[in-house]
Amino acid sequence: MLGLDDEELIAAVAGAHAGEAHRFLETFDASVARRELERMGVHAACAHGSAYPVRLRDLRDPPATLFWVGSDERLASLTREPAVAVVGARRASQYGLEVGYSLGRGLGASGITVVSGMALGVDAAAHRGVLDAGGPALAVLACGPELAYPRVNRGLHGRLVGTGAVVSEHPPGQRALRWSFPARNRIMAALVELVVVVEAAEHSGSLITADLASELGRSVAAVPGRITHRGTAGSNRLLREGAMLTRGTEDVLDELFGPGARAGPDTPDPALETLGSSERSVLEQVEAGRGGPDALGLELRLSAAAVRAALGRLEAVGLVVRGALGAYERTAR
Amino acid sequence: MFASVATFALEGVDSHEVTVEVDLRRGLPAFTVVGLPDASVREARERVRAALLNSGCEFPLKRVTANLAPAHIRKAGPSFDLALALGVLAASQQVPREELSRYAVCGELSLGGALRPVLGSLAMALGARRAGYARLVVAVEDAGEAALVDGLEVLGVPSLDRLVDLLCGRWRPSADGPDRPRASREEPEPDLADVRGQLDARRALEIAAAGGHNLLMTGAPGVGKTMLARRLPGVLPPPSFDEAVEITRVRSVAGLSPGGLAERRPFRAPHHTISPSGLIGGGATPRPGEISLAHHGVLFLDELAEFSRPSLEALRAPLEAGQVEIMRGQRTISFPADVMLVGACNDCPCGRLAPHCRCTDSDRARYARRLSAPLLDRIDILCELDAPEFSTPTAYGAVTSPPGEASEPVRARVREARERQGRRLEGTGAGCNAAMDARLSRTHLRLSPGARSVLSQAQAAGGLNGRGHDRVLRLARTIADLGASSRVEGEHVDEAFGYRLGSSARAAA
Repeated sequence: MLGLDDEELIAAVAGAHAGEAHRFLETFDASVARRELERMGVHAACAHGSAYPVRLRDLRDPPATLFWVGSDERLASLTREPAVAVVGARRASQYGLEVGYSLGRGLGASGITVVSGMALGVDAAAHRGVLDAGGPALAVLACGPELAYPRVNRGLHGRLVGTGAVVSEHPPGQRALRWSFPARNRIMAALVELVVVVEAAEHSGSLITADLASELGRSVAAVPGRITHRGTAGSNRLLREGAMLTRGTEDVLDELFGPGARAGPDTPDPALETLGSSERSVLEQVEAGRGGPDALGLELRLSAAAVRAALGRLEAVGLVVRGALGAYERTAR
Repeated sequence: MFASVATFALEGVDSHEVTVEVDLRRGLPAFTVVGLPDASVREARERVRAALLNSGCEFPLKRVTANLAPAHIRKAGPSFDLALALGVLAASQQVPREELSRYAVCGELSLGGALRPVLGSLAMALGARRAGYARLVVAVEDAGEAALVDGLEVLGVPSLDRLVDLLCGRWRPSADGPDRPRASREEPEPDLADVRGQLDARRALEIAAAGGHNLLMTGAPGVGKTMLARRLPGVLPPPSFDEAVEITRVRSVAGLSPGGLAERRPFRAPHHTISPSGLIGGGATPRPGEISLAHHGVLFLDELAEFSRPSLEALRAPLEAGQVEIMRGQRTISFPADVMLVGACNDCPCGRLAPHCRCTDSDRARYARRLSAPLLDRIDILCELDAPEFSTPTAYGAVTSPPGEASEPVRARVREARERQGRRLEGTGAGCNAAMDARLSRTHLRLSPGARSVLSQAQAAGGLNGRGHDRVLRLARTIADLGASSRVEGEHVDEAFGYRLGSSARAAA
C-alpha cells in the first residue's frame, strides 16, 4: 500500500473522505514539514535522496520516505559495509536470548552493522549485544522512529539513538499498527546481506523477514533449536529448507566473506582460565543441561557446599546465569 | 460508699493498669458503668449481678456507679467482670476493703459465679509486677501462665465465693500454689531424618538457621519444600527463658496458649488467601497477626507468588524492624515480630514436573515477577529443589535413598555457629549475622586475601552492587561460622554466591 502513488492511494482507501485527502495534499507545504521534523530531531530522505540507503531500492515497493533518528553516518555506512539482521521470537527462551546477545556482540565487535526490530526477546538481546560491543547498531521500527515501542525498551531506544540509528518508513508520531510489523520486516530484509533467525515458532514474524530476504536474494541463516521445542519449530524448518546453519559469529562471518576470510573477534574468556577442576566439571554439567545442585553433587561426588561454591563462583565470573527462581544456564560467552 | 479495685487491660501484648471504682448511693436501683466501656464491658453488669447472687452474696439495691479509670482509654472484653464484682462487694462491705487493696485481679465471671480465664493473662501478670502489686488473682486455668512472672504471688481461684472466703480469711489456695512452668503437651517435633536426599536444601536450611537468614525455596510441588520448612524450628536452638516468655505472651494474647511456657519456637504457615491484617495484625481492638505469632520462630509462606500484593507489602516494615506497629486513634500499639521468613513457590506457574511442563522461559519470568521486590530484598538464600533421585523401587515400593541426618547434630552445629556469632557481635545490638547492617558487616568481618579476590572478580564481571556485596558477605560470614573459621575464606564467599537470587530478581530487588 505504501508503494502506491498519491492518486491511487486516495482512490484505494479514502472513500468518502477523498475530498478531504485532496485538500490536505494541496495545502501540504514541504518546507513546513521539514522544519517540524528538524525540531523533533528526525531526519528524512525520500527514495531519490542521496542519504536513502541504496539497498532499499531492491524492494518492489520501497518506502517513499525513510525517517530516522540518530547518526547520519550510521545510515550511510549501511550502503557501504555489510550488515546482518538478527531477529527472533519475542517470547524467547533463555538460550535464545543468550545466542541473540552473543551474535550481536560478536558481529558488532567485528564491525558488522547489526540490524533488528527492537522487539522484546531476541531483537532486544541482539541490540544489547552490539551496543555492549560498541559496534554499529540499527533498529527498524514499525512506528515513528522517535517512539520507543515497546515501552519497556525505552532505555534501549535511547542507547540506539545515542550511538546507532533508529529508522522507519513512518513519519514521527505514527503508532504501530498490526500491518506495519510485516511491512517493517521487508525493510529489515532489504537493508542487510544476511538475516539470522535465532528462534522462531511456526507463523512467527521472523519467518516473514526470512522469506522476504530470500525473495530479495539475501542469504538466510538460522540457529538450530531443539526439535521437541515448539518455540524453535519455525527456525528449524528454515534449516531443513536450506537456510545456513549458524553456530555463532564465526559462521556468519564465513558466509559473508568466505570461509576463514575474516576471523571473529579474538575473545577467549579470561574467566575460564581461573577455574579449578571441580568448577570445570560443574560447568560441563551445566552446559549439558544438568543443573540441579543435588543431581550435580551425586554425579560429581561433591558435597552440597562444594557444588554451591562452584556454581557461585561460575555465576560470579559470568559463565553461568541464574534464573529468577533458581535454575542455572550457561551464558553464551 | 466507695471502693476501688485494681485490674489490667490488654493493649497489644502489654497491659496497663485500670482502676475500677464503685460508688453506691441511695436512689432508684441501677447499675451504670462509665469510663469508655464498649458493649462487651457493659454486658458485664448482667454477669456481675447474677454471679454475685449465685455466690451467696447480695447485690445492693442502690444506685451503683462503676468507673473504669483512666477514663480516656477504650475498654473492651470481659476481663473486667471480676474487678467490678469485687468493687460492688467491697463498696457494700461484704469483703474488707483494706485486704482487697493488696490484690490485683483479673477474670471473667460465669453467671454461676465461676472464674473463667481471660486472654493475655501473662501480659497482665507482667503489668501487675510492674505496677508494684504483690498478689494477682486469676482463674485457675490462667495461673500456670501468670506464674511465669517472678516476684509476684499468683493465686488461681476457681470461683467468686472462694475469693470472698479468701479475702475474709476463711480459705487459702493450696500452699504449693499453681504449677510452675508446666510442659505444654504437643506433638513431637518433626525430625530432619524423615527427609531423604535433598542434600543441597538441607545445607541451605542449616545455613539459614545458623545465621537467621530468610530463605526462599523453589521447586515442583511435592519435592519436599514444606517438609523441610516444617523442620526448621527444630534445628534452631531452643528459646531462652526470656524468649519463651515472649512467645507465650503473644500466644496468650491471641488465645492460642495451651497453658504454661512455650518450650518450642513457633512455626506459622498462613494460607496464601490471608489478608494484610491477618498477616501483620489489626482489628478494632488490635490483635496479633501471623507474623507476631511466629515471633522468635518461623513464618512459612507457602505458594509465595499467590499471596496478594498488599499482604506481602505489609510484611516489609515488620521484617525490617522486627516489630509491627499499629495506629489506633492517638495510640500506637506494637507487637513483636522477630521472625525467620521461609518462602516456598513452584518454579513455574503450571507447577508440573519437568516432562509435562509446557511453560516458556518468559512464562517463568512473569511468574517470578509476581514475587514482590521489597520482599525479595529481605531474602538472603534462594535454594532450588529438584525432584529427589529415586533409585530402583524396592520390593516394598519404598524409596531406597538412605534417611538423612537427624535434627540433633544439625542443631548442635547451628548452636555452635550462633554462639560464635554471639561472641563476635556482643554489644552491637545484632543477634545474628542476618541482622548485621552495612556498617557492622564492614567492621565485624575479616576477609582472607582469597575472599577479597573472589569479590573483586565478581565486581569486575559486573552484577555485584553495594547492597548485593553486603548480603553476600553476611551469608559468607555464616558459612564461615558453620565451618568454625574466624576468617571469611574464598570458598565461603563462593558458596554464598551460589545461594544468591537470580540476576533478574536481584535487579528487581
